Amino acid sequence: MKEIFMELDWSPLFISLKTAVVATFFSFFLGIYAARKTLKAGPKMKAVVDGILNLPLVLPPTVAGFFLLLVFSKKRPIGMFLFDRFGIKVVQTWAGCVIAAIVIAFPLMYRNARAAFEQVDVNLIYAGRTLGMKEWEIFWKVVVPTAGPGIASGTILTFARALGEYGATSMLAGNIPGKTGTISQKIAMVIQDGDYTTAGIWVIIILIIAFFIVFGMNLITSRKIKTVKRW
Amino acid sequence: MAVEVKIKKDFGSFVLNVQFSSEDNRIGILGASGCGKTMTLKCIAGIETPDEGRIAIGDRVFFDSKKKVNLPARDRKIGYLFQNYALFPHMTVEANIGIGIRMKGQGKNQRIKELIDKFQLNGLEKRYPSELSGGQQQRTALARILACDPDMILLDEPFSALDGFLKETMQQEMQEMLKFYDGNVMMVSHSRDEIYRFSNCLAIMDQGKCLMIGKTREIFKNPGLKEAARLTGCKNIASVEKTGDYEIWVPEWKMTLQTKEKVGDDIHYVGIRAHDLMEVQEGTENSFRMESVGVTCAPFETVYHLKQQGMEQEKDLWWKKNSNIEDISESESFTKIIQLPKECLLLLI
Repeated sequence: MKEIFMELDWSPLFISLKTAVVATFFSFFLGIYAARKTLKAGPKMKAVVDGILNLPLVLPPTVAGFFLLLVFSKKRPIGMFLFDRFGIKVVQTWAGCVIAAIVIAFPLMYRNARAAFEQVDVNLIYAGRTLGMKEWEIFWKVVVPTAGPGIASGTILTFARALGEYGATSMLAGNIPGKTGTISQKIAMVIQDGDYTTAGIWVIIILIIAFFIVFGMNLITSRKIKTVKRW
Repeated sequence: MAVEVKIKKDFGSFVLNVQFSSEDNRIGILGASGCGKTMTLKCIAGIETPDEGRIAIGDRVFFDSKKKVNLPARDRKIGYLFQNYALFPHMTVEANIGIGIRMKGQGKNQRIKELIDKFQLNGLEKRYPSELSGGQQQRTALARILACDPDMILLDEPFSALDGFLKETMQQEMQEMLKFYDGNVMMVSHSRDEIYRFSNCLAIMDQGKCLMIGKTREIFKNPGLKEAARLTGCKNIASVEKTGDYEIWVPEWKMTLQTKEKVGDDIHYVGIRAHDLMEVQEGTENSFRMESVGVTCAPFETVYHLKQQGMEQEKDLWWKKNSNIEDISESESFTKIIQLPKECLLLLI
């Protein structure tokens, strides 16, 4: 047993965690920004934008992967531009992992942030204005903290989704051991080889992480809401 | 400072069209729920934008649709006390008060300390709004408003959510607190008691319009308009026909009444406050033999519903009398000679 752990290539864990952290970081700000913008928009605009932003949640990840490949392939305008101008390669690289994770996980952040913002008492915002606060100040000092539990659970869900992302990642970033080989891809790969022991180890690692994510989420949301009664 | 308000805003089913100005620094706006009084305050504060009009305090113009002036709320220096106080739930009392103070460091702390002392919030600095009583929340909200040195304070139904006892204590407190403040204060309420205690100048609003503005006491004494009489708490109001220079016929009460003042041609209603009715000897002017058809008892006050004996009277008259809890016998039906004293009759348009 000990030997298995000693020989185990830990790189998928680090790649997955690194991808999840970076993707969550970007999704956090993008999601909050998008939530804020859609709240301001008129009802028709809102319906359209909301539909587009939520698409990655309902589409099969492989479809998202297909579109990402279309966009970032070096043979296509955007991918060509990125590579020629900045030397950035997305397909078959770690950047691809991050981008795939962001696209897939972003809707979770966006939806949770929006729901949380919609619950914020508008009088708090009005009060901020009459107290001479600037709009950005009101947003970051009043709205975001008040919407705290919702945003926190959105962040955690985003992290969890980014951590486990498989479909779009395998298409855009591929499964290059030590570079883009995430835990999910590793599990799929070793099972194809019939190596159930290694697969099992990774499954247990994922289970532990997932449990702590859910545990942490419950802790954060219940700590903030003191008024919730036990029944 | 003179306050000038001229607002027009169309909500489709409801049009707000308010116009008033006042030199007084304690202004009350009295109106039924949904008459647009809160919306008026919001327009003054800059939370809502009117379609057209002009809002100015002294020489500071906040809004002028003709000159395309629309100062954002944060630059208006107007304090707004929300019905639910709108304290920031994630901030302590201290942080709530400090949020609008532009100074930094020592000066800011000094100012917070001053306000905490002034509003008797000592010992509560580190508490969160959810850990405060209603009265403490209101004091914190007021302190937070005064921290910004506003030119004017707007109070939006500040006592409507409180129970009876707390309401009176806090009205008292609020008046004490506002003694510190010599700027303009405008209060909106549907409660005539609150408005009467608080304001020198009173505006009456109904269905999006400002019906009248004047000295509070004057309006309570002589409302002049049917709506004003109703809002200032006059229970008995009926339409009239003029039958002489000093005589009116009230069909709904089946009464001919003598008046003290000359009846103008524009008078269409008469009102009398429920506590102005009097029990008298037979033969007195404006008196009628009346029987009670119903009674409602409050602890120290009894309201009798009266109708003229032997008459098919459409509307009953309310007679409010101070009473003791022991006076149970009074609640039984009776017949009495009741006078509508002519000096108490309110002639209304």
